Amino acid sequence: MTRHLLSSADLSRRDVETILDTAASMHDVQRREVKKLPTLRGRTIINFFFEDSTRTRSSFEIAGKWMSADTINLSAKGSSTSKGESLRDSVQTINAMAVDALVIRHNQSGACRQVAGWVAASVINAGDGTHEHPTQALLDAYTLRSRIGALDGTHVAIVGDLTHSRVFRSNVITLRTLGARVTVVAPPTLMPAGIAAWSQRDGFETSWDLDAVLADDPPDAVMMLRVQRERMSGGFFPTAREYTVGYGLTRPRLATLLASRPDAVVMHPGPMNRGLEISADAAESGASIILDQVSGGLAVRMAVLYHLLAGEESE
Amino acid sequence: MTRPEDRPPAGAPLDPLGRTVLTANDIRRCLRRIAHEILEHNKGAADLVLLGIPSRGVELAERLGHILADVEGCPAVPVGALDITMHRDDLRSQPTRAPMRTVIPAGGIDDKIVVLVDDVLYSGRTIRAALDALADLGRPRAVRLAVLIDRGHRELPIRADHVGKNLPTSHAEKVQVRLRGFDSGEDVVRIASGAGR
Repeated sequence: MTRHLLSSADLSRRDVETILDTAASMHDVQRREVKKLPTLRGRTIINFFFEDSTRTRSSFEIAGKWMSADTINLSAKGSSTSKGESLRDSVQTINAMAVDALVIRHNQSGACRQVAGWVAASVINAGDGTHEHPTQALLDAYTLRSRIGALDGTHVAIVGDLTHSRVFRSNVITLRTLGARVTVVAPPTLMPAGIAAWSQRDGFETSWDLDAVLADDPPDAVMMLRVQRERMSGGFFPTAREYTVGYGLTRPRLATLLASRPDAVVMHPGPMNRGLEISADAAESGASIILDQVSGGLAVRMAVLYHLLAGEESE
Repeated sequence: MTRPEDRPPAGAPLDPLGRTVLTANDIRRCLRRIAHEILEHNKGAADLVLLGIPSRGVELAERLGHILADVEGCPAVPVGALDITMHRDDLRSQPTRAPMRTVIPAGGIDDKIVVLVDDVLYSGRTIRAALDALADLGRPRAVRLAVLIDRGHRELPIRADHVGKNLPTSHAEKVQVRLRGFDSGEDVVRIASGAGR
């Protein structure tokens, strides 16, 4: 693993397994009375978020603090970005303060890789546009692995707004790295361009019909993606109601799945649009591991910070 | 990120040029004596908790736990594992490695007599880290240290309460511990001349 985490494709199977094993130890720390490890004492981590976030930013902040690093949050609103400072100037300014890691979320795909070329600090991609969100994929793999064991041969369906989803892109890579079978489901308007060649290269299935997937090849896990209205300019589907009818995880659909796969689990990277891509019943059901994803996210981010920052001074 | 660990993994080949310092029988006798010493010192097995330091310390702690229960005729002595990776003081000079699980027995460690168990005592830095890790988990009444081999060269004011064998070594030598159940093959402790640990 390099000193940055920019794409899920940077991680070998061994890297992913090391991070997930480390996360399992870190998860134990969350159950302790004293949730503090001295591991990253004296390190400084800046969370630079050019897009809104609740869980990613707070979990990176808590993860850093529990490992005794100094963590500072910056957002585009309230920073010099709102005065027109460029991304390059902003991150080079931060870099000049000798920070050890920059956790970046940005609305432009590829922003993190660009930043990595400008600064000496480790750069962690916390979501760049519609490109990738590698720690989300790691925490999804971690949560799934804790629930159902090794992922070799496990069937995961990823459903929803694929076009705008960085969660989907990172998840396909990480799940395939771990040997899982992946089917992605979306209406034709929300299938990314060129998905046919892509699915062939990376070895995953595509479908336009959620009910057919649930009936013919019931998955062990269903990952519902958020419909990202803030990234939609055109008409991707006629009405919200029609989207739910075709692609929402409704109560009857969950019942169908659980009838053939009683142990199946429901995931969602959050934030949820209840009643649109997922019904409140499905989100609250016993099959839902959505809140486990959040607590797993903290453990996984501690593990990522540990492996990127605790070791040898990078050359 | 993941590079060879400084502690050989299970089943790593032994240096053929080394010499055996403890055989399987010697190790068994050492552990029995340590168990008796612990019981004598503690006046019984009450409030004892054994915490092994991964990897081989955990195997040793489990064996000691069985011997203690056997000798004292009491129900099993609680045995756990204490990982110290996140508390090491040399993290910045080495590649990172995945921490092992810390397992604290159900009764906790508050007000207990905790015996830390490790295979080789060398610089003392591992034990320093273990004491720090322990402080985050509770407040034992007392902490003691049992090791199979004390090879000297302490860099901190730390000593073991119970030692299987004192083994004077030079820095250049390697002490190799192999334990059945954790490694393949029989129990053995060997000493080999080699660069570093």
